[in-house]
Amino acid sequence: MRRAINYVPDRHSGLILAILPFVFLMGIYLVGSDARLSANPDDKLMPGLRAFFDAINHLAFTENRRTGEYVFWTDTLISLQRIFIGLSISTVLAIAIGLPIGLLPYLNRLFGPFMAAFSLIPPLAVLPILFIIFGLGELSKIVLIIFGVAPFLIRDMAMATLAIPKEQIVKAQTLSASSWQILIHVVFPQVLPRLFDSLRLMLGATWLFLIAAEAIASEGGLGYRIFLVRRYLAMDVILPYVAWITLLAFLMDYFLMLGSRAMCLWHHIR
Amino acid sequence: MTEIAIKNVFKEYNGNPILERVNVTLPDHEFCLILGSSGAGKSTLLRMLLSQETPSRGEILIDGEPIDIEPQADRGVVFQRYSVFPHKTVLDNVLAGPSFRESRFFGRLFGGRKAKLRDRAMELLEQVGLSDAADKYPVQLSGGMQQRLAIAQALIMEPKVLLLDEPFGALDQSTKKSMHKLILDLWNANKMTIVMVTHDIQEAFTLGTRVLMVDKLRRDPQAPEAYGSTIVHDLRLDPARKAPLDPSDSEENQSMEDIFLKWAGRMDHAIVEGAPHPTTTEAASVSAKEVA
Repeated sequence: MRRAINYVPDRHSGLILAILPFVFLMGIYLVGSDARLSANPDDKLMPGLRAFFDAINHLAFTENRRTGEYVFWTDTLISLQRIFIGLSISTVLAIAIGLPIGLLPYLNRLFGPFMAAFSLIPPLAVLPILFIIFGLGELSKIVLIIFGVAPFLIRDMAMATLAIPKEQIVKAQTLSASSWQILIHVVFPQVLPRLFDSLRLMLGATWLFLIAAEAIASEGGLGYRIFLVRRYLAMDVILPYVAWITLLAFLMDYFLMLGSRAMCLWHHIR
Repeated sequence: MTEIAIKNVFKEYNGNPILERVNVTLPDHEFCLILGSSGAGKSTLLRMLLSQETPSRGEILIDGEPIDIEPQADRGVVFQRYSVFPHKTVLDNVLAGPSFRESRFFGRLFGGRKAKLRDRAMELLEQVGLSDAADKYPVQLSGGMQQRLAIAQALIMEPKVLLLDEPFGALDQSTKKSMHKLILDLWNANKMTIVMVTHDIQEAFTLGTRVLMVDKLRRDPQAPEAYGSTIVHDLRLDPARKAPLDPSDSEENQSMEDIFLKWAGRMDHAIVEGAPHPTTTEAASVSAKEVA
């Protein structure tokens, strides 16, 4: 009899264990759904597999009679576009503002405390202000994402810059590097892995801001659709949409990891 | 001709004196070692030579001119740790300095200029014994190889002075010996001045043409921070007249096992079990018995 901490599953067992909770959840759902539907065929809370199939078919593979679009894919495209633009601009800000703040002591003193305070403002509380200033269009949703993600990334990049050993900065100076050259050749490559990691960790929050903004005022998008059909208790639409959003977030996380491996070879060796 | 003059240098932090009245002149092609116990201030002195810190009083001159207020290319440095760029390959690390100097915006050279620089870099890597590792990253190298890279990276800039802060402190004995040979060979070939901080007294006397010891002259037991350190010993050595410490010490590339067997030989009278020159398999069973 060993201590619990010393029982380690091998690779095969590990795989089975990983799949187990998902299978279990599916099983419970199907059993529950079946029970409810046999009691009340019009039950809206836990639709059966047939209902999901019909809903997905209708949204994703049938042209909408009024607008001529495939609603599911249009929603996906709109949401992904907003996220992509929002995250891209946030990343550029993180590099352009965060790195100099970390590297130049004057900028650190000037902007450090301000960025710290700014990042504590709750983004969703600011959403109405954004709607007032930028209207209800694309811009306010993208700005919300930037507002939620950029301050955090800027602080993270500044801290990553400060964490670079002083010895490397001094050595670079003896190699006749200027501040600019130190920024692009010593600082940037070394904070890049951390940038990828932070982006991955921010994906959850990013989707949150997107869905919230779409729920409140939008004409399309995955979050918009979910909150729209809420009124009809259309769980057969909502649950697939939620699963799809989760899958998209997973894929984004995966591709960011691949990006890190490709662009920061040195970090992943050994 | 590089003459370094440290004139009446004092250094204090927050009112606490670290160094006081430091006066020393190093003529051209000196191999100067600075010894001292931990916290004595020897690294502080090196940092002032590097311009990483500025003296509170006094001045440091190279060839009669005060040194620049920032670290510059005339004074190369090798630190004990973090001395190379982990995100660049071995070759790119060595190319870095001249690339920074020649290309102020991109920090990178292209085409013909790069090819010429590459040849010079490979020559230098050959000298330090890293020509096979040119495309590896520092994390794939051993500690000794990383320090060789740091030295090559500094030397390609052809500095007037090479400053080393306990560069071999983290290395095992046999690696240290090969590094000593390397640094002496490079010093002879390049005719530059070297200033090295160490707390290894044997290393200091083996390598140096000048050995300085930094320590506190006065101590107040009630107030340990009241006085700073200064140079308490200053010896000039003639390398031609140094007695060889041990004939086997001059052999290159002594492996750890060689050193082990040498010591086992010396301790022959104290060994309770096993012979001083066992074979590898015998050595394994001998050490098991000694532990038991």
